[in-house]
Amino acid sequence: MNFLGMLGKKTIEDAAVKAIKKYGVGSCGPRGFYGTVDIHLELEDRLAKYMKTEEAILYAYGFSTIASAIPAYSKRGDVIFCDAGVCFSIQMGVLASRSNVKFFKHNDMEDLERLLMEQAEEDKRNPKKAKVTRRFLVIEGLYINYGDIAPLKKMIELKYKYKVRIFLDETISFGVLGAHGKGITEYFDIPIEEVDMISSSMENSLASIGGFCCGTTFVIDHQRLAGLGYCFSASLPPLLASAAIESLNLMEANPEMFAELIRKCHIVHDLLLSLPHLQVVGVPESPVKHIRLIESKSTKEDQIALESIVSQALDKNVAITCARYLPEEKFCPPPSIRITVSTEISDEDYKVAIDVIKEAANTVLTEVS
Amino acid sequence: MLLYSDTPSSPNGRIHEVSHKFACLARDHENLKEMAFDIDKAVVKQNGDLKNRTNHGGKAVVNGISNGYVKTGFVPKVKPVHKESKESFEEAPMLTAILTYISYAFLVIIGHFKDILRRLGVDKSDVAKEKGNEGFVPLYCDFESFYTRNLYRYVRDCVNRPICSTPGAWFDVMERVSPDNNLHLNITGKSSRCINLGSYNYLGFAENSGPCAEAAQRALIKYGAGVGGTRQELGNLDIHLELEKLVAEFVGQEAAMVFGMGFATNALNIPTLLEKGCLIISDEMNHASLILGCRLSGASVTKFKHNNMDSLELKLRQAILNGQPRTHRPWKKILIIVEGIYSMEGSIANLPEMIRLKKKYKSYLYLDEAHSIGALGPNGRGVVDYFGLDPRDVDIMMGTFTKSFGAAGGYIAGSKALIEHLKSRSHSACYATSMPAPVAQQIITSMQCIMGLDGTNTGRQRLKQLAWNTRYLRRRLHEMGFILYGNDDSPVVPLLMYIPAKIIVFGRECLKRNIGVVVVGFPATSIIEGRSRICISAAHTKEMLDKALDVIKEVDEILDVRYSSLPIEKRTALTEKDLEELSPIETHCP
Repeated sequence: MNFLGMLGKKTIEDAAVKAIKKYGVGSCGPRGFYGTVDIHLELEDRLAKYMKTEEAILYAYGFSTIASAIPAYSKRGDVIFCDAGVCFSIQMGVLASRSNVKFFKHNDMEDLERLLMEQAEEDKRNPKKAKVTRRFLVIEGLYINYGDIAPLKKMIELKYKYKVRIFLDETISFGVLGAHGKGITEYFDIPIEEVDMISSSMENSLASIGGFCCGTTFVIDHQRLAGLGYCFSASLPPLLASAAIESLNLMEANPEMFAELIRKCHIVHDLLLSLPHLQVVGVPESPVKHIRLIESKSTKEDQIALESIVSQALDKNVAITCARYLPEEKFCPPPSIRITVSTEISDEDYKVAIDVIKEAANTVLTEVS
Repeated sequence: MLLYSDTPSSPNGRIHEVSHKFACLARDHENLKEMAFDIDKAVVKQNGDLKNRTNHGGKAVVNGISNGYVKTGFVPKVKPVHKESKESFEEAPMLTAILTYISYAFLVIIGHFKDILRRLGVDKSDVAKEKGNEGFVPLYCDFESFYTRNLYRYVRDCVNRPICSTPGAWFDVMERVSPDNNLHLNITGKSSRCINLGSYNYLGFAENSGPCAEAAQRALIKYGAGVGGTRQELGNLDIHLELEKLVAEFVGQEAAMVFGMGFATNALNIPTLLEKGCLIISDEMNHASLILGCRLSGASVTKFKHNNMDSLELKLRQAILNGQPRTHRPWKKILIIVEGIYSMEGSIANLPEMIRLKKKYKSYLYLDEAHSIGALGPNGRGVVDYFGLDPRDVDIMMGTFTKSFGAAGGYIAGSKALIEHLKSRSHSACYATSMPAPVAQQIITSMQCIMGLDGTNTGRQRLKQLAWNTRYLRRRLHEMGFILYGNDDSPVVPLLMYIPAKIIVFGRECLKRNIGVVVVGFPATSIIEGRSRICISAAHTKEMLDKALDVIKEVDEILDVRYSSLPIEKRTALTEKDLEELSPIETHCP
């Protein structure tokens, strides 16, 4: 998931080596007990400034970021409206919060409005309870399982109409969407204060490890005491934090890499459209694209077919992967091959790679059908 | 029945030193041996008698049955002859307990008073308020934020202290000042060099130079900082496989799997192993990650009293007799979850007794060795090594690399079947990024150092130094008269102070005199047991410990927290002779 090609950049590695020479590898403690290194504070500051919010908070692991952030605010008795296509860490987060979770169909605004109206009617029936029930809407900016973008403008309207707070997860849209890579709020030109909290992972665009949440001080400061993954876990190793700072420096210095990424995404999308028997799922701007079979039989057979395509491609030196899901997923997406676009790979290489996939697909799928 | 070790096979066949406790049990072994029954006569053989151990031959050990036990045999509860108890949890003197409750009540009353002033507009303090979002239900209910506004605010300078150097034995704590009574803390840019009694650095591997750091740098240049994928999809590096083999060898299990974060290891893997219809029996003092994992799994949870084997046995018997709550069908699985060393209490789990109970009642045991791996035992292999047990008796061994190895991440070790299952079904393997390469390399180098595979005996020296430091510090603090909790061999030393004001002053005064300590109060501990927790490291020399003790004594003149009323022989099992046995190592690898 190396969208901006930060993995392997020399300046980042130099910064990380310098950090090892100064701080060692581990931070040896949680944030509350001498695990806070000045690099963490610097990174939080930089992220807050970059996203133009008041404050940011750093987590040591991308998965646990949103999975700790949601239960810090939403408790038993609160209501969460969640998109059915969210990734697994968000599902774990809403499960851990013990709130009343209502899933609406992926990106379907009518379904969401229907659920919100039902909730509003229930509130009318019981106004006393309604006064203490908090309501949250949890969505992703760019869905990792589907490769499409959430209609944020409509959701902001619904937010003010039905008084729900929005938690936006920008795991893959951070550093991808928007003219400066600030995510979906920049893409749609929405002021960032409208969204209550944005959480993201540094493991994709920033090519480091960890995650962060940003928003107003009022919202973020609460997580410093109530976020489980923040209080009870060792902090991020300083070398990874300095790698992230260096990536941020590069992002700020070269804003043209975002336009380059979008251009490549369009090119790859067009190339993939030419694949036989396979359809591309995802908007052209998304750097994560899923390839699914047009005529799908059963999940198991599809999976086997896709995996043989993957292994044939690997024989010809093209590394792709099948998207992996566990049976515990609430609404498991159909099997697919996931392709990620990176600025490091040149256009010609992409042509070659997709030709290889085309060949493999032809061999496997004409056998099958 | 207590087990001991005196001749585990060491590479060059020497019997390495037994600790004081085991020496006295070895004497009693003759008695125990007579009480062991013979398997031919269809009665139970002594569990895991190392001298007559049979090789399992690579067969899976299911609940220890192939360990020599007969299925329906009764297990004699043999009480070993203890010379003295090694764990102590002395109670607070009555006056102190009453004063503590009064302190908290006073703080709560003042807090409410200030809230009233704020509502009336008299007190215009700058507490963060929500902008916009009018008409929404308030984000925090009043009670939750009461604690943050009124109690936590005044102690904020004692926690979250930033440092600007390696968290080794000496570190630089950054100075912070507050213009408005701790609401905002501003960094001045100056820092003071302090002795580090707060970081988890048991074997002193938090270094920025030396073989570990250099190896990590090389790995960084070779693999890069991040990984960019999960274990199941292109994030699986060869360094992970090497690390897993090494970890399995280190803890003595068949196979192991590593994860990127210790907290996530528990939270994401317990749900993989259990589901609804299973029962978890967990210690009441378990860590938040274990509690979260239990909650996410959907299984039923009961708690037993901290380290109390009678309570555990009672819960097991009740579970088996009653079955599931409404249907009374038998539970699908019963899992006992305990920790090796409890980080707030300093106690060590009573593992031999737990293994005996586990085998008697046919349940599984999950051991979380976050603090004990690398820190306990003559070879540093954790609680199992400390008691001299067979690692295969523990079904699932989990641990983290943050504390003793100076890195980050966690592992789970167990039988091959278990690890295969985790590799395919774990939430972490499927959705969460894998461990970054330089961190993995740091663990490999430090683990090889501890095992002696790098050709030096630095590992052995570090282990010895840690053991000596632990005994020395505990003995001296006992002599001074402080109440300490926990086991005499645990490098986590909670120093009880009870009254909240004293705890805070202790934290501040120690920092002024260049000692960095950790203070914790409610809600991390129970309401009257506020404490300061000291973490001992192998990097501490005797001089540093003496300096720290002098400072603590000096601060105690102001605070007067030497509450212990027991005579010194009852307080600690350590004698002067123990301290002589392991003399401190003057020159060791920094």
